[in-house]
Amino acid sequence: MTKKKKPNVFKKIGKGFKNFYDRFVRGSIYTKISYLIMGFGNLARGQIWKGMIFLVCQVGFVLLMVLCPEINSTPFGYKAFANLITLGDNPGDINTAADNSMLMLLFGVLMIGITFLYLALYVSNTKSSYHNDMLLKEGKKVSNFKEDLHDLTDSKFHLTMMIPAMVGILIFTLLPTIFMILIAFTNYDSLHTGQNLVDWVGFSNFAQIFNGSASEIGTMFFPVLGWTFVWAFIATFSNYFLGIFLGILINKRGIKAKVLWRTIFILTIALPQFITLLAVRKILGNLGPVNTLLVKLGILASPVEFLDQAANEFTARGMVLLINLWIGIPYTMLQTSGILMNIPKDLYEAATVDGATRRQTFWKITFPYILFVTTPYLISSFVGNITSFNIIYLLTGGGPTNPGFKAGETDLLVTWLYKLTIDENEYNMGAVISIMTFIITASITLIFYSRSKAFKQEDAFQ
Amino acid sequence: MIKHDNVISLNKRSKSYKTQQRISNALAYIVLILLSVIWLYPILWIVLNAFRVEYNDSGNLIGIVVSNYWPTGFGFENFKILFTETYFPTWFLNTLFVSTFSCIISTIFTLCVAYVMSKIKFSWRRTYLRFAMILGLFPGFMSMIAVYYILKSMHLTQSLFALILVNSAGAGLGFYIAKGFFDVIPDSLIESARLDGATNAQVFFKIILPLSKPIIIYTALLSFTGPWMDFIFARVILGVENKELLTVAVGLYDMLYGNRVDSNNFTVFCAGCTCVAVPIVTLFLSMQKYYIEGVTAGSVK
Repeated sequence: MTKKKKPNVFKKIGKGFKNFYDRFVRGSIYTKISYLIMGFGNLARGQIWKGMIFLVCQVGFVLLMVLCPEINSTPFGYKAFANLITLGDNPGDINTAADNSMLMLLFGVLMIGITFLYLALYVSNTKSSYHNDMLLKEGKKVSNFKEDLHDLTDSKFHLTMMIPAMVGILIFTLLPTIFMILIAFTNYDSLHTGQNLVDWVGFSNFAQIFNGSASEIGTMFFPVLGWTFVWAFIATFSNYFLGIFLGILINKRGIKAKVLWRTIFILTIALPQFITLLAVRKILGNLGPVNTLLVKLGILASPVEFLDQAANEFTARGMVLLINLWIGIPYTMLQTSGILMNIPKDLYEAATVDGATRRQTFWKITFPYILFVTTPYLISSFVGNITSFNIIYLLTGGGPTNPGFKAGETDLLVTWLYKLTIDENEYNMGAVISIMTFIITASITLIFYSRSKAFKQEDAFQ
Repeated sequence: MIKHDNVISLNKRSKSYKTQQRISNALAYIVLILLSVIWLYPILWIVLNAFRVEYNDSGNLIGIVVSNYWPTGFGFENFKILFTETYFPTWFLNTLFVSTFSCIISTIFTLCVAYVMSKIKFSWRRTYLRFAMILGLFPGFMSMIAVYYILKSMHLTQSLFALILVNSAGAGLGFYIAKGFFDVIPDSLIESARLDGATNAQVFFKIILPLSKPIIIYTALLSFTGPWMDFIFARVILGVENKELLTVAVGLYDMLYGNRVDSNNFTVFCAGCTCVAVPIVTLFLSMQKYYIEGVTAGSVK
């Protein structure tokens, strides 16, 4: 797919440059001036508002670039580009504060983003002026402000709808993501704060992961990754099959009060996990009612720690997988219930005509149908389990821990990176683990979805 | 389907078949009852602990986890402590504030993007779909950590506004289920309105929105309950230093694990959980229908 697309992208870019040049050559004098002074082509034709917006943006951008206003004594403008390369070189002394490397990195990225937006606006300014040329050539009138506004509710309605949401995404999803990726290539950790300035270190953080016993990250990464996969695999399939089983059970013919049963199991979805999981953690505790009950029944000789204080990793890992069923089964149960109601009836009609028994119709129709329809769900829940944070963090906090290591026996990549970042301030390694997690989840998703039929259809019909 | 049963019953439903049915139903009931007990056991325990009023030998209220499941005394002591000696009322209002605004912003963003992606054709539509898919593969968790870096470097943590923005600003990426809903609405409906001279905005507000009650409720329900359930975003963004600026989840967790010396407030924690759970569960269960519709639609797609 990508191989076919690539030439198109380059062609498009090339075409864009060519059009940009053609507009300058063919455009009127107003358009030519617009290439220097933004909005001129609009102002000259009486589109005061539109022209002013372009002009104000240009003036604002130039001022920002030249004057380099400072926030927390870190500059924007052209200095931000320089700072992005050095990440600060003034370690500070008694009179001056040290450079704030993280803010420099952030402002650098921001300035690149702002520059791109400015360029986009600049190009659209030339387009707008050229468009006016064409209209006048054809003897039509240029649109006034009122008509422009009306367009935003009609032919350009998509812009009105998309822009607010996209601004949110740019600032709170795209910018942080780029920022985080860049941090993975720096030495920003617990030692590099204040006067110890942060610097670029290339791929050496990534090398640590593959470099075996050179550091804690190196020794721990693959064991944690391994457990993350074991966890995701078992959690996904156990929830999946037991959830289907429960769904079929509730929807079985002859079972009464289906809504009541469903509601009981939905409770774990409706209740916040910090409530349910913390309660489970306490109920399984040394002094909790479960231990007391098991001792009374004679199953256990004395109270046992099941979770973060467990004697060995297998107890703790087994318990989190078991408790995960309690959280996960209801989701699959709901899916199954929905699907069971939507199985095409003609399938059954054909089967009954052929004299199939109920058992046969179940194993030959119902069950395969459920499996077929829920494959995408299976993939997304596998990916979801790789990054499932709440269950591990609230149940065990990653424990039981081995002395000297920051990753516990039940820590997944996400809980580990949380600890590294928030508790240990090892920001760069946290970012590296984030990127590794992204690469894993993204490749799983892309491989499976690009093969699944639903995705292909979706792509085709667009 | 009942019809086919009759067809089968003519030749197949002998007496032994009926007994077999009865036994399998009985087994199903036994399994369901057992599972229900397992599902309800911890939940009931929280409620019982919230109302547990037991005193130790020196006459102090016992607040720790105790081994007897059923309390020996009931009362409202824990709630009294919760509302007079902790910041719980403030946390509750904070969470209500955050969830209300997150809900409004998320719902608007999600519906707008979903509708445009589903029904309006424009030049960079496919580009946006690609962009959203790739960006959506970065778990929200990671951009949250980055937002934390950013807020920290700007000395801006501990703000409820930041939490609202973090909760809702990315909503334009999670449009798939709502898009699925709009995809099913026939294009002819829109086309005929356009022929009658309606603008795109009028089509959306006057024709589409009135039809979209299920998906509006689904989106609003999830984004409203989100901040009540969310533990980790709130903990990272709000921190734990300023106790008056927490949400219920962070505050209650902190009550249990924040101060390791004094853990004599488990029953108060349970009282807090009950106060949070009752409205949320009631809301959730009363909107169950819409939730299930949305979830099932999402999986089948």
